[in-house]
Amino acid sequence: MLTKRIIPCLDILDGRTVKGVNFVGLRDAGDPVELGRYYAENGADELVFLDISATEQKRKTLAALVRHIAAEVDIPFTVGGGISSIADVDMLLQNGADKVSINSAAVRRPELISELVSKFGSQCIVVAIDAKKHEKGWKVHLVGGKVPTEIEFFGWAEEVAERGAGEILFTSMDHDGTKNGFANNALAQLSKRVNIPIIASGGAGTNSHFRDTFKKGKADAALAASVFHFKEIQITDLKQYLKEEGIAIRI
Amino acid sequence: MKIALINYGAGNIQSILFALERLNVNALLSNIPEEIQSADLVIFPGVGEASSAMAKLKDSGLDSLIPTLKQPVLGICLGMQLMCNESKEGDTAGLGLFDTSVIRFPGTIKVPQIGWNTISDLKSPLFSGITDGSYVYTVHSYYAPLCANTIAVSDYGEPYSAALQRDNFYGVQFHPEKSSSVGSKILSNFLNMAL
Repeated sequence: MLTKRIIPCLDILDGRTVKGVNFVGLRDAGDPVELGRYYAENGADELVFLDISATEQKRKTLAALVRHIAAEVDIPFTVGGGISSIADVDMLLQNGADKVSINSAAVRRPELISELVSKFGSQCIVVAIDAKKHEKGWKVHLVGGKVPTEIEFFGWAEEVAERGAGEILFTSMDHDGTKNGFANNALAQLSKRVNIPIIASGGAGTNSHFRDTFKKGKADAALAASVFHFKEIQITDLKQYLKEEGIAIRI
Repeated sequence: MKIALINYGAGNIQSILFALERLNVNALLSNIPEEIQSADLVIFPGVGEASSAMAKLKDSGLDSLIPTLKQPVLGICLGMQLMCNESKEGDTAGLGLFDTSVIRFPGTIKVPQIGWNTISDLKSPLFSGITDGSYVYTVHSYYAPLCANTIAVSDYGEPYSAALQRDNFYGVQFHPEKSSSVGSKILSNFLNMAL
């Protein structure tokens, strides 16, 4: 039986892990490779590395880092952050990334999704969508959620799926950072509108939030950052809990 | 021991190279028939779309070479699918090594299947030391139904072939190179098949 996935997200700045990660026993918790390996050995099903640097050296640094991660980590990982061209994706996949996540570039030019899918296949193209609930419904946001657009979220998600994306990574800007649970109503609605796997993101605070996003939100995977990095939730404990709650999970 | 990893421009070969390196083995990336023929073991990778991958294979003349190989050959993911009779993806004729067609998952379940699934009914030395119900990482939209060549079963909507074997030809639908310690053990079992 296919299991639900638990995915820690690591923010990368100039080749280093950021966001006050607090790990006992790691030689260097700022080293994305060491941290990634730690998570892989402690129950994570996949990893997401989000590059938030914006320097000219960015691409070169990221390529070297991806290669290093691929050499050391034996579970799948996705790389995202500012990816905007076929050349970017090619470089990341050549260096061993399993999937790439695109966001703003896909909104600016939706054909990019189709082009990437036809060149590399659906299986490695994740489209990340940041959205926020406005008076007239859910709208897509850009630039890490900071810039609102008039694009209707569910319609955009349908186009993303029709263009062949393999997965949607949906972050609710209303829930992100609140630790009050995932956007389960919107997630469940999204699952009815598209027939590709959905990764829920934004709002993880407790074990029961993960249960709810799988049961009520119908999510296929759940992504979180700080609750894992600050050891508020241990993935092994979380997975034991989910299993006891009757959710298919890899232990 | 010489391991050839068939390089025909379709697939994330770097991950397989790294997984072999973690087992202290260096593979030779090659699309040269003589090099592939003389290897002790051959790995046939592949991701992406079936018809374009088969076209690339034909461009390098490897479609006629692979069925003649005598050493153990391991197809991974799309590699396994191309070793079947045919794939409905792009109506692609396969290499005919495994006696089954490859078909698309129905629209009643999410496609592609992405994530960790169990393997059971394990019937080959490829799975020596692997517990029934172990988890492997898999990502695909098309699958091989159960057939006489099935040596491992997974379930997604219905049971399907997680692995196939005929004579010296092996194929796995999942990605052993991305399946943590279970995948590493399966690769190591394959390496042990070298004569």
